[in-house]
Amino acid sequence: MKSGRTPVKDAALVGSDALGHLMPMFLWVTPTGLIRAAGPTLAKLCAGGDLVGKRFLDRFVVEKPHPLESMADVQALQGQRILLRLKEGPETPLRGQVQPLDGGQGWLLNLSFGIAVSQAVREHRLTNADFAPTDLTVELLYLTEVKEAVMGELAALNARLRLAHQDAETRALTDALTGLANRRALDRDLARECHLAARGGVGFALIHLDLDYFKAVNDTLGHAAGDHVLAEVAAILRQETRQSDTVARVGGDEFVLILRGRPELRDAQAVADRIIRKLERPIDYDGTPCRISASAGICLSSAYSVPDPEQLHSDADEATYAAKRAGRGRAVVGMAAPGLGADSGPEVAKWVAGAR
Amino acid sequence: MHGLVNRSLQTFLRDTYGTALWVSVAEAAAAPVSGFEAMLSYDDAVTDRLIEAAESALGKPRDAVLEDLGMFLVSFEPLRRLLRFSGVDYVAFLLSLDELPDRARLAVADIGLPDLKVDAEGPAEFVLTVGPGHPGFRPVFAGILRAMADDFGAFALVDLVDEAAIRIDLLEARFAEGRAFDLAAPQRKTATAAGGAA
Repeated sequence: MKSGRTPVKDAALVGSDALGHLMPMFLWVTPTGLIRAAGPTLAKLCAGGDLVGKRFLDRFVVEKPHPLESMADVQALQGQRILLRLKEGPETPLRGQVQPLDGGQGWLLNLSFGIAVSQAVREHRLTNADFAPTDLTVELLYLTEVKEAVMGELAALNARLRLAHQDAETRALTDALTGLANRRALDRDLARECHLAARGGVGFALIHLDLDYFKAVNDTLGHAAGDHVLAEVAAILRQETRQSDTVARVGGDEFVLILRGRPELRDAQAVADRIIRKLERPIDYDGTPCRISASAGICLSSAYSVPDPEQLHSDADEATYAAKRAGRGRAVVGMAAPGLGADSGPEVAKWVAGAR
Repeated sequence: MHGLVNRSLQTFLRDTYGTALWVSVAEAAAAPVSGFEAMLSYDDAVTDRLIEAAESALGKPRDAVLEDLGMFLVSFEPLRRLLRFSGVDYVAFLLSLDELPDRARLAVADIGLPDLKVDAEGPAEFVLTVGPGHPGFRPVFAGILRAMADDFGAFALVDLVDEAAIRIDLLEARFAEGRAFDLAAPQRKTATAAGGAA
């Protein structure tokens, strides 16, 4: 001890047993660096042997604020938070502070666990009784456990909500009767394809398809027959398109197809022709053959320098009416709007001419 | 009412009496048959209808149904563990009951438990006063206190005495070997959800 220290007023004498109850992780270190007494929890931590009588620096490593090499330097740590660990056994991190004892009795250290307390409790099999009644460590353990349970519940809730959301989204984009895409899904897909095509994508073909003579089926055989025919039409459209294409039902007997990555007219024409031929085969409903056909209007994204969904729909619609006027059961290629048709090519002109 | 409370009722009825009974109770109460979300809130009226429907389906008085629910909750290990954090023995547990609503709020801020106040009327006699809130909480707490006495190995009589209180007579603090409680959380194989009742 430094000489000239003023004697402490109101010095309380307390036995090391009582001190152990107040501070289950205290250490009393003599001026020469020997452990004179240790709290019961700290003793439990050092299962490798009795602490009392051992050199403090042989059993503990003081790491922060700076390594302690000799007890002669311990005064510099007084009142600061020191970080230390056991030299042997699990490397349980500890924190604490050191204060001088009066009358040259050495140093009193009070230690505790850091934030890794859960691990320490597990490794040293600590119980409630190993913590002072004033210590909030047990509450920290409680919080850790309860937080895990609540987070688990929240994670499970999130997973369920995500599934429900996906389900709702699918339903919002699907035509209930046929399982094809609906108008919303079509609008979304067409906007995306137009956007891509305008930025140098391969391009696509848009086909509007209106069923012919469908109303007659509905009127003579009833809605059930009509629904059956629509389901058959959907099946044919699926067969004749690729997985990557969009096939949408947008009205009672109106369908729209986006053929992705197939900007060539002959491809689109071939798909439309095949579909119409298949639709013209009688569809059996309870032994009654239902005969329908379809008129189609085709538009190519490549016919527009900047494809616009509304423009494409309007041109494809016009081509569909042209097909109906020309006698139904056929496909007609729509013209690009005036001024945009410069790159539409001679093939388009030929098809339009052929249809009229 | 907090979803945890409704979910507790659901899990209790389903696990104790079977899915068929749960479904009939849920239908009678116009509650979601697929169950409640523990982390969402529901209208109090649903809880009341559930309790009523359970009462008539089981042919038991309401307090008995709710006391059974309390005992069931303690059989749910994660919740039993959380309760055991409150004290080293049954008396310490009883004396810390004032803190219980705050502990619950630390876990789930809007859980809505009523205030609790425990008074020691003698070394082995305690009265727990349940503050304003849903009247169903009191019999549930009685069930919890009864089950926790077993858990600590104590022998106690727990009775609903009046509209707002529970009386606990501790006949023997160490009647039997209590169930073990390890401060360290059990190592989880996978991160599982609390599952149901908490």
